[in-house]
Amino acid sequence: MELKLEHVSYIYNPGTTYESKALDDVCLTIGAGEFIGMIGHTGSGKSTLVQHLNGLLLPSEGKLLADGADITAQEYPLRELRCRVGLVFQYPEYQLFESDVLKDVSFGPKNQKLPEDEVLRRARDAMRSVGLDESYEKRSPFELSGGQKRRAAIAGILAMNPEVLVLDEPTAGMDPEGRGEILRLLKKLHDERHITIVLVSHSMEDVADYADRIVVMDEGKIVWDGEPSEVFVHVRELEEIGLAAPQVSYVMAALCERGWNVDRSVTTIESAADEIAAELKRRRAAGSGAAQVE
Amino acid sequence: MLRDITLGQYYPGTSILHRLDPRVKLTGTLAFIVSLFAFSSISSYMTATAALIAVIVISAVPPGFILRGLRTIFLLMIITALFNMFLTPGDPIVRIWKLQITRQGVEMAIHMAFRLSYLIIGSSIMTLTTTPNQLTDGLETGLRWMNRIHIPVHEIAMMMSIALRFIPILMDEANRIMSAQLSRGADFKTGGLIRRAKAMIPLLVPLFVSAFRRANDLALAMEARGYHGGEGRTKMKPLIYKRRDHIAYIIIAGYVIVMFLMWRYVKISLPFLTL
Repeated sequence: MELKLEHVSYIYNPGTTYESKALDDVCLTIGAGEFIGMIGHTGSGKSTLVQHLNGLLLPSEGKLLADGADITAQEYPLRELRCRVGLVFQYPEYQLFESDVLKDVSFGPKNQKLPEDEVLRRARDAMRSVGLDESYEKRSPFELSGGQKRRAAIAGILAMNPEVLVLDEPTAGMDPEGRGEILRLLKKLHDERHITIVLVSHSMEDVADYADRIVVMDEGKIVWDGEPSEVFVHVRELEEIGLAAPQVSYVMAALCERGWNVDRSVTTIESAADEIAAELKRRRAAGSGAAQVE
Repeated sequence: MLRDITLGQYYPGTSILHRLDPRVKLTGTLAFIVSLFAFSSISSYMTATAALIAVIVISAVPPGFILRGLRTIFLLMIITALFNMFLTPGDPIVRIWKLQITRQGVEMAIHMAFRLSYLIIGSSIMTLTTTPNQLTDGLETGLRWMNRIHIPVHEIAMMMSIALRFIPILMDEANRIMSAQLSRGADFKTGGLIRRAKAMIPLLVPLFVSAFRRANDLALAMEARGYHGGEGRTKMKPLIYKRRDHIAYIIIAGYVIVMFLMWRYVKISLPFLTL
């Protein structure tokens, strides 16, 4: 499904002293099957934007089209939209409430009014795809570890079979191993089930490694929108708005400044290593050049 | 839905009223309310009205904000007024079937309406110009003498400020959990009473869990910083009276005296009623 934001603005607490503009004339199209990384400083409006995608917040100005239909229309079925666009909030483990994991994961599909056996099938499917086997089904969600809780909560959204999965900082406060697991899971969902993924993150490495497209937000506006290689060459500008580029981009930028002939737009460690190796080879071939660098 | 609840509605500002010592404001509010009930007559209400207008102007808080507090007790005021009008024995003015409106009843209703609405307006001006923290601070310092009769003033004040501090946090949390459950297709709005009550479970369970978790964390964090109750505890910003606070006390005393004089000596007569 395609989500299209047309000149969307959102104002919190309009007409009071606490009024603040969280989104300012945002235009964005999220096509089917994309893997988008969204980055921005705290308070840049990412979380507000994300809540528009499934109609939790409706734009103060502008329009949001889901497959061409205006979701602000009075008769638009918002609950249906919420089933098609799964939204995983920050710290989703705080929304767990049922007596066992299976019941909790079933909450979403149950609300979709599916038949009992379909609900269970989807719940079990979702649990398996986040790596929670049958032994977890009857356990209380409150006795799981932090990482397991989070995966159970993500399963709760997956069980609704969304076409678009939006995640707000799904790896916040997790150890590297747990982070890797969640990101690989997203990659798998994207590749195998062709689910559109919108990943909001603070970690430039995470989005650089996984996303095909990066959207950078600052003060309620979209400042960059493009492939990781296009966005992360702007190391200085990113720093100015309180962000950072992946470590690799810094290394490549520094090498370029010293006159190395490397492609500074690479964003993954592997391709950077290849670039540097190639340049070293060129330099060795040139002979004296490499010696001077030493 | 949850946004309708406003508590501790501080209106940020820099007026002289905002900067006054909270103890002065508490005393002033108390004096205002007591004088309202002790000296009730048309002339003293006029004095109170003038004082309220002056204070509102000084505070620079939009009057709309102040009057908003009245909206919530509007129904209560109507009911009180009706009961007063119909059930006070005295000289009947109007008779409807078995009910009668008495002159004394009408007088009582007018008195109550003035007292109630001025009480609310007066105390909202205080809460609008004083942060909840200042307020509990003022209470704690102002009521310290109660320690001598073994009332744990500091502990009560600490509990109050923590409770007040947690209201917005828990409201935020409730909103967040509600959004999260809405994203999972939860439905809080349709259905009968029982269905709606049941629909609250996915909201309330996580909210309670989170409240306990936060309370635990806070207790640990406080102990880790050496908190062990009020004994021997010093303050970073101790409340010290300044010149303006003394002047304010004098003005408050003057106000009470004027109220008394108005009530005692100035009688404004109205047709039928003696107020």
